[in-house]
Amino acid sequence: MLTITDLHATVADKPILKGLSLTINAGEVHAIMGPNGAGKSTLGYVLGGRPGYEVTGGSVQFAGQDLLALEPHERAAAGLFLGFQYPVEIPGVSFVQFLRESLNAQRAARDEAPLSGGEFLKLAREKAALLKMDIEMLKRPVNLGFSGGEKKRAEMVQMGILGPKLAILDETDSGLDIDALRIVGDGINAVMRAPDKAVLLITHYQRLLDYVKPDFVHVLAGGRIVRTGGPELALELEEHGYEAVA
Amino acid sequence: MTALALPTRRDEAFRYADMTALEPLWPVAVETIRLGESEERSLTIVNTGDAPVVREIAVTVPAGACFRLHVLNAGHAYGRIAVRAQLGEGAEFHLGAAQLAGAGQTVEVVTEVVHTAPNAVSRQVVRSVAANKATANYLGKVLVAKGADGTDGSQSVRAMLLDRTATANAKPELEIHADDVKCAHGCAVGELDANALFYMAQRGLPPELAKRLMLQAFLAEAFVDAEDGDALLEQAIAALETML
Repeated sequence: MLTITDLHATVADKPILKGLSLTINAGEVHAIMGPNGAGKSTLGYVLGGRPGYEVTGGSVQFAGQDLLALEPHERAAAGLFLGFQYPVEIPGVSFVQFLRESLNAQRAARDEAPLSGGEFLKLAREKAALLKMDIEMLKRPVNLGFSGGEKKRAEMVQMGILGPKLAILDETDSGLDIDALRIVGDGINAVMRAPDKAVLLITHYQRLLDYVKPDFVHVLAGGRIVRTGGPELALELEEHGYEAVA
Repeated sequence: MTALALPTRRDEAFRYADMTALEPLWPVAVETIRLGESEERSLTIVNTGDAPVVREIAVTVPAGACFRLHVLNAGHAYGRIAVRAQLGEGAEFHLGAAQLAGAGQTVEVVTEVVHTAPNAVSRQVVRSVAANKATANYLGKVLVAKGADGTDGSQSVRAMLLDRTATANAKPELEIHADDVKCAHGCAVGELDANALFYMAQRGLPPELAKRLMLQAFLAEAFVDAEDGDALLEQAIAALETML
């Protein structure tokens, strides 16, 4: 589904990714762990197409397309979802309006018919319930006044509504208490654990991986993947730290 | 207020005016509005045409009366809406104005609100969007006369520049001759939040659509308390479409 080959990227002319390669197949859950400043978030932003993150080498194929040639909104329509570490507040625009417009823009790009207001609300209600979020919260402006945990939960509701092929979740576990962590973990499993979908979890800690079992764990350090293993690698990292393992 | 001689840019209220467009329209007849005591009245001014528009309005709001003015200043040429309001005891004046300018034109709202007696309330909310080489201005003076204690005035002025070549001037001004007065003003000129634009794009919104959603929310703040707020916003969005 996603093939990253020798990816190099800079932020403000500073090299961050230095030859990163990674392949994710449909049906797989991958976790990327690594110390601060290793380039984890940069990887997410580069794949999402954030302005200011410049690719200086390598290639990325996503679902048969050259991902790097697409605009950010085209990447979303192609099925890429990026869960933000710090979801953005948008005053005056309700979640319902924002997500319906977003979903219908994606559907239009895929030559699918738009969802009516009623159809959309039914979908939103179903996905909100899955993440145990009150649908009333989706009538409020996007992320405005939400706690850190609520924002992360709202990210997962958005993922459920938009139904991506690949979700890249950047520190979705940060800011969550134990109960919220379980709900979010269950939500990721319910929405994304499917033969035709895949997940890339970017995280510092092992704890989310108790709920979302990864098939592969990678250690990112110095802008490259320095080690790959199974779920046991996460436990090893937790016990011995990055320096000992990577 | 009806000066027969053409003003110059040295006149504070004409500091950023489009003098070339103003000249053939000068002198401008002042439209006088006088409310009765405790009367409530609303006025909506919509300028979306091709010709220059210059209006001078003088409104007297006596004791206990309330005047609500909503303005959509989005014409294709110079658009100037000037309002002078005199407030009696406990009177209220509400202004909600949205301005849009996408070509080289100047649009402006110029106000002078005089609190002549105690306990009057004035609220001004102005939201401007300027693109290309356009200019959007707000010049607003709140004058609190001697003895007008308990005055409550506010000016909230924000402008969004869609291009680096666009200009916004915001000049709230207070002149206070009373002691017990509450006057607040906030001014901000900025650009659309790049983080929010990327966030919206990442969810699948093309840039034009993302901008439209954000600007729609921004402009809606001017029409929050308007009875015909939805219709006004629709007209504002239609004007916006031509700018994006």
